[in-house]
Amino acid sequence: MFLKIIHACKTSKRKVQLSFCCMRSILSLSLSLSLSLSYFFFPFRHDIMKWNGWGYSDSRFLFNKKGQAEFTGKRYRLSGLILPSLKDWFEGTFGANLQHKSPATPALNVSAVPPPNLNESFVEELKAAGVALSQEPEDRVFRSHGHCLHEIFALREGRISRVPDLVVWPSCHNDVVKIVELACKHNVCLIPYGGGTSVSSALECPPEETRSIVSLDTSQMNRILWIDEKNLTAHVEAGIIGQDLERQLNESGYCTGHEPDSMEFSSLGGWVATRASGMKKNIYGNIEDLVVHIKMVTPRGVIEKSCQGPRMSTGPDIHHFIMGSEGTLGVVTEVTMKIRPVPEYQKYGSIVFPNFQQGVACLREVAKQRCAPASIRLMDNEQFQFGHALKPQVSSIFTSFLDGLKKFYITKFKGFDPHHLCVATLLFEGDREKVLQHEKQVYDIAAKFGGLAAGEDNGQRGYMLTFVIAYLRDLGMDYYVIGESFETSVPWDRVLDLCRNVKERIVRECKERGVQFPPLSTCRVTQTYDAGACVYFYFAFNYRGLSDPIHVYENVEHAAREEILANGGSLSHHHGVGKLRKEWMKEAVSTVGLGMLKSVKEYVDPSNIFGNRNLL
Amino acid sequence: MASKSLYSGRDPVLKKRDDFEDVLEERRNSSDLRYALRCYTPALYKGLVPCKASMLKSIVLQSDSLQYVVGQVSAECGESREAVQEEAALLLEEMAHRLQLGTIRFFAFTLSKAFKALFRGVCVNEEGIQRLQQAIQEHPVVLLPSHRSYMDFLMMSYILYTYDLALPVIAAGMDFISMKFVGEMLRMSGAFFIRRSFGGDKLYWAVFSEYVKTMLRNGYAPIEFFLEGTRSRTGKSLTPKTGLLNIVMEPFFKGEVFDVNLVPVSISYERILEESLYARELLGVPKPKESTSGLLKARRILSEDYGSMHVYFGHPVSIRSLAQGHISRSQHNLLPRHIPQKPTADTQAFVNDTAFRLVRLQEENMVLKPWVLLATLLLQNPDGMDLSTLTEQADWLRRLALAFGAFLDWPDHEPCSKVISSSLALHKNLVCVSGGRVRLVVEELPGAESATEEAGFNRAVSVLSCASYRNQILHLFVRPALIAVAMQTANCSRKDEVFNCFNFLRNVFSNEFILCPGAAVQDFEEACYLLGKCGAVQELQQDLVMSQSGQTTLAFLCSVLDPFLQGYQVVCRYLCEELEENLLENKFVPAVRSFTLQLILSGSLKCYEALSSDLQKNALAALIRLKAVRRVKAGDQVTLKVNKIAVNSLEDTLGKTNPCLRRL
Repeated sequence: MFLKIIHACKTSKRKVQLSFCCMRSILSLSLSLSLSLSYFFFPFRHDIMKWNGWGYSDSRFLFNKKGQAEFTGKRYRLSGLILPSLKDWFEGTFGANLQHKSPATPALNVSAVPPPNLNESFVEELKAAGVALSQEPEDRVFRSHGHCLHEIFALREGRISRVPDLVVWPSCHNDVVKIVELACKHNVCLIPYGGGTSVSSALECPPEETRSIVSLDTSQMNRILWIDEKNLTAHVEAGIIGQDLERQLNESGYCTGHEPDSMEFSSLGGWVATRASGMKKNIYGNIEDLVVHIKMVTPRGVIEKSCQGPRMSTGPDIHHFIMGSEGTLGVVTEVTMKIRPVPEYQKYGSIVFPNFQQGVACLREVAKQRCAPASIRLMDNEQFQFGHALKPQVSSIFTSFLDGLKKFYITKFKGFDPHHLCVATLLFEGDREKVLQHEKQVYDIAAKFGGLAAGEDNGQRGYMLTFVIAYLRDLGMDYYVIGESFETSVPWDRVLDLCRNVKERIVRECKERGVQFPPLSTCRVTQTYDAGACVYFYFAFNYRGLSDPIHVYENVEHAAREEILANGGSLSHHHGVGKLRKEWMKEAVSTVGLGMLKSVKEYVDPSNIFGNRNLL
Repeated sequence: MASKSLYSGRDPVLKKRDDFEDVLEERRNSSDLRYALRCYTPALYKGLVPCKASMLKSIVLQSDSLQYVVGQVSAECGESREAVQEEAALLLEEMAHRLQLGTIRFFAFTLSKAFKALFRGVCVNEEGIQRLQQAIQEHPVVLLPSHRSYMDFLMMSYILYTYDLALPVIAAGMDFISMKFVGEMLRMSGAFFIRRSFGGDKLYWAVFSEYVKTMLRNGYAPIEFFLEGTRSRTGKSLTPKTGLLNIVMEPFFKGEVFDVNLVPVSISYERILEESLYARELLGVPKPKESTSGLLKARRILSEDYGSMHVYFGHPVSIRSLAQGHISRSQHNLLPRHIPQKPTADTQAFVNDTAFRLVRLQEENMVLKPWVLLATLLLQNPDGMDLSTLTEQADWLRRLALAFGAFLDWPDHEPCSKVISSSLALHKNLVCVSGGRVRLVVEELPGAESATEEAGFNRAVSVLSCASYRNQILHLFVRPALIAVAMQTANCSRKDEVFNCFNFLRNVFSNEFILCPGAAVQDFEEACYLLGKCGAVQELQQDLVMSQSGQTTLAFLCSVLDPFLQGYQVVCRYLCEELEENLLENKFVPAVRSFTLQLILSGSLKCYEALSSDLQKNALAALIRLKAVRRVKAGDQVTLKVNKIAVNSLEDTLGKTNPCLRRL
C-alpha cells in the first residue's frame, strides 16, 4: 500500500495545497505514513478508478486466451470467476466477433487537453484562503464527464472537449461558502462534482461558456458529523459516497437503506441534486422521503430550514427547490437523513412467470395490496437470458444436474416457453419471522399469476447484474458494441404498452439507421408505486459498418424517449434531466412550470455562477 | 412507407406494379374438394393473444371501456346496470361473427365452382400477397378493399384462404342478416354485422368499437372493411367514411399497439355482376331487398361470361409512419384510456386525410380493361361511331391513358381491332355493331313512341351502365380535366387565374370525385405536369398555354367532365325554378329526376347522366357544403332552404365553363 501511494504521488505529480480543514481530515493518514511531504497525496478515489470506463481499475470483464469471459479483481462476487456462457450470448445477441476488437486509447494524452483558462485573481484568493486545488490535466479530464455513452466513447477514442479549468476540493461547509463567494466576486463558473456517475450529460462543460470553469469536487466533505439515536437521524457531509455512508453507519448498527444502483460511487449531494431513488425505497423511501434537513450554499447565501420537524406546512417545501436542481442553484454541503437499525434478516428470492404480462399483473397486485418487499423487480425475457449468460462456471456436477432439473421442471413440466418466461427478483428485509411471513404472502400472490418460486440464487444474481452491467458496457465497447440504459415512470395501466412500444421502436430505429444486427432491447420493471411503476431499459447494438455510431446511437435514444413520452411515461424517474433531456422540459412541466423554475434560478443565481446549464 | 412517399413519384408511368397470377388456373386443373379440405396453417401475428370467438365476446363485455359506458347509460336512463349489460350482450350477439374453418371450406368448394363458371380468371398480384403475409406477422392488419360488388368480400376471403393467409373478419351491413340462412353462413365465414345507422346510440357504439378494437389489439384476425361504406353503383370511388377507420386507428393513438398496417386492395371487374341493377337503382328503381330466394333467382347469372377480375393487394401503409409529425399521442396521457373521447379536430383531419389517400391508392391500382376506354369514347358520341373511328380513337386514348399512368390491361400481342372486337363481344348487352357502326343497345319498346318516358328511361339505363365503366378511368383524368375546363373558362392564360378556376371547380366537385381535402395546389401541379408531359399544354413562368397539338387532348378532357357540369347545372336550375317553399329532403331526388326527364323529353337536354341519383345527391351535398342550400330539421323531417341568389350564381359560373351549356 505504501509503495503504491508513493507511486501514485510520483506519477501524478500532483501539487496540492492544503487548508487547515484538510489537514485535520488527513492527519491520521500522514501520521501513519510518518512522512512529511511537500507534494501531498489525498485518498482520491480517482486513483483506483478508470479514467475512461466504469468503476474500479482492477475490475473488468475480458475474454481470456481461451475465449472465455472472466471478471478480474477481488471486489465482487463475480470477481475472479469464469463465465462460460457469456461469449456465446454476446456473439449470438450482437453478432459480435472476438476477432473484431475496438480497443480504447490506453492512456490519456495530456497534450490533447486544452490548457486551463484561469481567472488568476480568483486562483490567488483561493490559494490565500487555503483551499486545495489542482489544474493538472488528469484531474480536470476526470471531472469533465459523467457516464453517458457518448462521454465514455469519446474518452476511449482519446477525444477531449471542453474540460474544467480548475478543480477545487473544499473540505467543509465553510470552504464552500468561501469558494462560492469568490466565484461570485470574480465571475467564474462553478460546476459541483460529487461521484461523477451522472448519465444525463449534467457534468459536461457547456462549450459556449467563456468564463473560467471550476469543478467543485465535494469528495473531501465525507464525514458523518453526528448521529442522533433518539430521533434516528444522522447529519452527514454531502460529499460522502454511498457505500462509505452505509459502511460507517453499519458500524454503529444503523443504515439509511438508500441504495441506488450507483451507490458504490455516487454521493449524497448528488442524490439530493438529482432526486435519486434507491432499490429498497419500498421500506426506506426515496431521497425526498429520507432527508430531514438540507444545507445548500448558493450565490445568495445559505439556504436551510430552521428546525428538524418531520413535516411542515410553511408554504411550498423549499427542499423541493433543492432536490432535483441538478447543480444549477448551489452546492449541497450537509444533509440530515433518517437512519434505521440494520435489519436483522435479509433474504433474496425469485419468481418465474410464463410471460411478461403475467409478471406485470403480479407486480401490480403486489403494489395494490401494498405488500411489496424491500425490492421487487421484473426482468423481461431478454434480460432473463442476459442474466443467465452471467452464470459462473458451476463447481460440481451435482449443481449442474440440479440446474438441468430446474430447467426441465419449468419448461417441460410447467410448460413455460423459454422464449417468453420472465423472472422477478425479490429482496426481503426485516426480522426473520416477518420476512418469512411476508415472503409467503408475496409467493401466494405470484401463484395466482402463474408464478413459480425460483430460488434465492437467481434473485441474488439478478441484483448482481445491476452492479456489473456498467462494467459489461466497457467489455462491449472493446468489441464494437455500444449501449446505454434509460428509465421512466408510468401509470400501471400503460406499463405493458410502453415496454412493448419502446422496445420495438428501438429495434425499428436501429434497422432504419443501418445497424446491421438486431439490437439488444430489453426492459425491467424496477420499482412499484401505488399508482405506477418505474421501468428501466437496456439498449445496445453492434456498430460495425456505421460511420458515426454515436450519432446513430443518439438518434435512437432520442426516438426511444419520444416513444416513452407518447406512451404516457415520464421524462425521468431518477436519472434527472441534465442537458440530455432538456429539450423536453417544457413539454414535461408546462410553460408556466418552467417559468417558475427559471424565476427561482434568476433570484438565487442571477449571474449564473452555477453555470452547468442543466435542466432549464 | 412514409406518407409523403405515397405520391412522391411524380411521373405515374414510372410506378412499378406487380404481375398477376390467375388463381383459378389451378382450380381448373385439380380437385376442388381436395382444395377445400387441404391443410390450412396461416402465419399469424407475432403478438397474437390466442382466443376463441366466444372468449372474445366476454373480453369485450368485461372490458373497462364497455363497463364505463354501461355505467353511464344506466345512470342516464335509470335502468339497472344489469339490464344495460344484458342489452350490451344482446347487441354483441347480433353483431359478432362466428368464424369457423368448416364454413370457409364449404365456401372454398362452392365458390370455386361458381367463380369458374362466372370468370375467365381471377388475377392476383402474388408479390402483394407476400407483402401482406409479412405485414400480418409484424403488426395488426386492416384490409381495405374497394367495393363494387357483393362478390368483393367473398372473393377476399377466398383468396386469403387460397394463399394460406389469416382469414379476415369483415364488417358487413345489417342488410344480410335478413337473409336467414345466408346471413348465418356469412357470419360463420367471418362477417360481423353493423347497423347502417346508430347515430346517438352510445351503447351500440361502445359495443361495436370495443369489439373491433379488441380484435385488433389481440391480433385476432385481419380486420376488413370497406372505406367507401357501401358498394359504389357508379364505378367511381365513393367519398370515404371515417368511422371505422377512426376506430382501428385509436389503439395506435393510445399506444395499445405499436403500429397498424393498412392494406388497400383494389378489386376490379371486367364486367360487374350487378351492372344493370345499379343503373336501375340510380334511376330510382329501388334496390331489391337482399333475400335468399332472390339470391337463388340470381342463379342465371352463372351462365353468363363476366370476363376476368383483378385483385391487387397494395403496399401496406403504416399508420405510425403516416401519423409521424401529425398526431401527438401524448394527448391521451391525462385521461384513462377506457373513457371514450371524441377525436380532436387534428385527429379527425388526419383520419379523413388518410381515408382519402387510401381510396386514391385503391384507385391507382384498379386494373382498367380496354372496354373502359371504349365506353368513354362511346359516351362522348351518343349517336354511335364507326368501328374504324372507334378503333383509331381507342388507340389514341390508350396512349394518353398510359401517359397518365393508367394500370391498363391491354393485351400486348394482339392487333388493336381484335382487342376491341372481343371487348365489344363481352359487353354485347350494352353495345352492338351493325353495318360497321357501334352504338349503345337500348331496349326497344314494342310499338311505342321514342319520346315517351319509358323510352327515355331505357336509354338512360344503357347510358348509366356504360358510364359505370367510363367512370372507372375518371380518377386518372379528373385533375387534368379540371385544368382543361379551367383553361377554357379563365379566358386568359395566366396560371393564377387558371388555378382559381381550377380550385373553384375542384371545390364544387369534391363530393363527386376523390379529391384529397387541402391538396388543391398539389393536384394542380400534378395535373399540369401530366398535361405538359403529354404535350397538351406548356407551362411557362406565369402562364399555362395550350400547345398546338393540345386541342384534341383538351377537348377530350373537357368532354369527360361535361356530363357532370351539365348535371350540376340541371340541379341548380331545378332548385332555382321549380322549388316550392318547403322541399323535403327525401323528395329532392324524385323531383329533380322528373324535372330532368322533362328537359330530356323536350329535347333541350341531351345528357342522360343528369338522371343519375348519385350525381343529384352529390350536387346537393356540394350545394349544402357551399352554403347555397341549408338543411332545416323539423321533427323527423328535413327540409331544404335554398339561397336562390347563391345557387343562381353558381349555375352561371358553371355555365361559363362551356359555351354550349348556356343554351340550357
